[in-house]
Amino acid sequence: MSYIATLFPAYAEIFLLVMIGVILIADLFMPGQTRTVTYLLTQLTLLGCSLITVGTHVDGIAHLFNGMFVDDLMSDVLKLLTYLAVSMMLVYSRSYLIVRGLFTGEFLGLTLLSMLGMMVMISASNFVVLYIGLEIQALSLYAMVALQRDSAVASESAMKYFVLGAMASGFLLYGMSMIYGGTGSLDVQTISAVIQHGQANTMLLVFGLAFLVAGLAFKLGVAPFHMWVPDVYHGAPTAMTLLIGSAPKLAAFAFVMRILVESLQPLMAHWSGMLMVLAVLSMAIGNITAIAQTNIKRMFAYSTIAHMGFMLVGVLSGTLDGYSSAMFYAIAYVLMTLGGFGMIMLLSREGFEADKIDDFKGLNQRSPWLAFMMLILMFSMAGVPPTIGFYAKFAVFSAAVQTGHITLVVWALLFSLIGAFYYLRIVKLMYFDAPESHEKLYLQPDTALLVSINGLAVLLLGILPNSLMIVCAASVQQSLLLH
Amino acid sequence: MIFGYPLLSVVIWLPIVFGGLVLATGNDRNAGMARWLALLGALLGLLVALPLYTGFDRMTSAMQFVELKPWISQFNIHYHLGVDGISLLLVLLNCFFTLIVVIAGWQVIEKRVAQYMASFLIMSGLINGVFISLDAMLFYVFWEAMLIPMFIIIGVWGGPNRVYAALKFFLYTLLGSLLMLAALLYLYFQSGSFSILDYYQLPLPMNAQILIFIAFFMAFAVKVPMFPVHTWLPDAHVEAPTGGSVILAAIMLKVGAYGFIRFAMPIAPDASHELAGVMIALSLIAVVYIGLVALTQADMKKLVAYSSISHMGFVTLGLFLFNAYGMEGALLQMISHGFVAGALFLCIGVLYDRVHSRQIVDYGGVANTMPVFAAFFMLFAMANSGLPGTSGFVGEFMVILGAVKVNFWFAFAAATTMVFGAAYTLWMYKRVIFGPVANDHVRHLHDIGGREKLVMLSLAVAVLLVGLYPLPLSEILHASVNDLLVHLARSKI
Repeated sequence: MSYIATLFPAYAEIFLLVMIGVILIADLFMPGQTRTVTYLLTQLTLLGCSLITVGTHVDGIAHLFNGMFVDDLMSDVLKLLTYLAVSMMLVYSRSYLIVRGLFTGEFLGLTLLSMLGMMVMISASNFVVLYIGLEIQALSLYAMVALQRDSAVASESAMKYFVLGAMASGFLLYGMSMIYGGTGSLDVQTISAVIQHGQANTMLLVFGLAFLVAGLAFKLGVAPFHMWVPDVYHGAPTAMTLLIGSAPKLAAFAFVMRILVESLQPLMAHWSGMLMVLAVLSMAIGNITAIAQTNIKRMFAYSTIAHMGFMLVGVLSGTLDGYSSAMFYAIAYVLMTLGGFGMIMLLSREGFEADKIDDFKGLNQRSPWLAFMMLILMFSMAGVPPTIGFYAKFAVFSAAVQTGHITLVVWALLFSLIGAFYYLRIVKLMYFDAPESHEKLYLQPDTALLVSINGLAVLLLGILPNSLMIVCAASVQQSLLLH
Repeated sequence: MIFGYPLLSVVIWLPIVFGGLVLATGNDRNAGMARWLALLGALLGLLVALPLYTGFDRMTSAMQFVELKPWISQFNIHYHLGVDGISLLLVLLNCFFTLIVVIAGWQVIEKRVAQYMASFLIMSGLINGVFISLDAMLFYVFWEAMLIPMFIIIGVWGGPNRVYAALKFFLYTLLGSLLMLAALLYLYFQSGSFSILDYYQLPLPMNAQILIFIAFFMAFAVKVPMFPVHTWLPDAHVEAPTGGSVILAAIMLKVGAYGFIRFAMPIAPDASHELAGVMIALSLIAVVYIGLVALTQADMKKLVAYSSISHMGFVTLGLFLFNAYGMEGALLQMISHGFVAGALFLCIGVLYDRVHSRQIVDYGGVANTMPVFAAFFMLFAMANSGLPGTSGFVGEFMVILGAVKVNFWFAFAAATTMVFGAAYTLWMYKRVIFGPVANDHVRHLHDIGGREKLVMLSLAVAVLLVGLYPLPLSEILHASVNDLLVHLARSKI
């Protein structure tokens, strides 16, 4: 009993694992396509996880499994947001998937399993644990993209995703092995301590670092390692795209924090230059290529690439303000992406995906409220106040200016101006153009409600961003200063 | 808080709340309700702003009705509001024109009435926020946010080329705004705060001042608009609906000039002096060259749009003369131009609603069928040419006086506008209004009705009042202008 009590920082993960088993077994005995029971069970599991995470929260940092697993404020905040994102994603995608016959027990199980992977990544304090978390998450996602077996496009993008993802994992492992060779440890804190005392060969470490950064860039989907992003976003069913595009970015942020910041902070001079190249390339390629897209999922894919570039600007500033701004950016991004894809799924129906940009034509005449919500989301992605997207960009830029990266900020401003164009184009289509069809929109009430809440949250957090900023700052501060 | 409630917050948020309510009335089945609700909102918006005028202390240049609350502690950003003489008049002008626009769009707008009215109310609140904010980030948020309703107004209710105009308007202004954001970030890291009043005291080296000035210039010059970044304005004006044009000319352009007064000049006074030559040159180009461009226009709205650029050239000229005449003249010119340009766009709107053309050649002899309208139009045309006794004269005359003190040739170049302005305005007036009835459209025109008369009359009273008795305005401005001149005279290097 006492051993189990010491496991409290990992209770949420353990609970989730048990529930995945329960749901998978329960699903076998549930008839019909709608799976109300298992769906509700999944949502309850997410609720249970949040209660456990809040309940097991401690002031300070709790370590477990010989320091391989860490529970700090940052992990708690990111986990709670992950639950929220997954739960919202389930609401958005339920009717979309039921119509397409994809709402299966495997879908629910794989979703939760990928979330387990994210949680492990978020709480990992050891390179191997990080890697395990990453693989749990990635393998579940590969399978989910391929869930639509009879669709050639989906299978193709699953294949691409898998092959490129596996290569990235190879990069990461290779980089980790170099770091291990240089420092003799896989533990995040030990590595940091060893490097700080100058006991490691810097050249070997930087060599490993380059592979680590390349692997990370793959997983984040930043240029020039971004090739899989548009194809996977486009090919996968929208529900899977939403899952890939939202919560994993929070885990990826944690991944960046644990590897680059907590363990390899002494090598900052090296990685910050690498990230700068990645950031500028991503912002450029993402924002410029997005202009040419006619498919809104592809457009969001390129916009994601650009957003990740902006987030890296915060990370590479290398200050507490920079990290907390990057965390804020990741959260803002997830919120906006959820809303954007939620809107696509809300407008889609049987045999109609609503994934062409032109499908948004004249939305204002068909449903002024939804058009208004999409307007908020688009202006937020473009970074226009008073929306959360503005403060995300503002915080990141301010951190970069503070550390003297003026040129970088000027480029970033320029690219966000270019980016504004294609977001504005969506607004233009919705408000200025006549609708292509006057068919009545069949809106699922739960999805429509959640899209509205999501859009209003983007606006409200834009008007009052203070508390979220404070949470981000406190999380970053705690995990970096209280070692 | 003399009134026991946060007056300035009410001035900002009341129109926005009403905008939300109007939006909630939904589709055009409830258009009547949307109109009345919008009218109520605009009327209340003006009424709550009036205590600002009566309660304003004319003796001091300090900020009044101040509200200060922490907003975003991470960046030391505050919800900091306050007015001085300059912003007070602009707030009143804005509230007044919101009411005018709501009344003017009463019958003309038939599709999506609620959204139209709501856009104007929300924008009115946001523009009030721009004028009232004393925190640079708060200012920036309002500044950017007001683009959104304007973008929608031009794009949804505008003319055939509206999409191009809306995008051009948005991207032009966003470019300038982003540079301003960079300047604000720099100032933040120099001073540790976003308070505009702190920036006034912040010593800055010359090269930093120049860069800051240029960044602000990009943001504000686009809005004024100054030559050579003025090209969005004719497009936006021509394609905007009447109400949009009125707000654009009467208020939106003033926001740019206000930015120079509130930010660029007092924060970077040495750079202002250094670059004054460039600013004066650009202003004079606007006054003379754009005046000539206006002369050749065949489209009435374009003509008034170019005339606006030319008149705003007077404003920037007056500001960068650095003397009391120029400065106060520039401010009076801002107010006067608001009334006059707004009125002219309304007049064109009256014609457009009836004939659906803005081309001068489609008219002729309107005086025969619309005598009352022709009389009002005459007054506003005269005011636009700067006839003594109208508001147009006071500001221009004071700026020219100020220019004489600096350099006779500046004054000479500026004074040519008295000729050009009269030429293009009155020539247009003559071709549209006088002469025999030109065609069937004009023959079947009916004169302005009660609602239009009310709008025209209130603007005519304003134009004459400012022209004949500007003292109530200038006494409000006086302390603030002197304070600004003191700031400008003090080097910050």
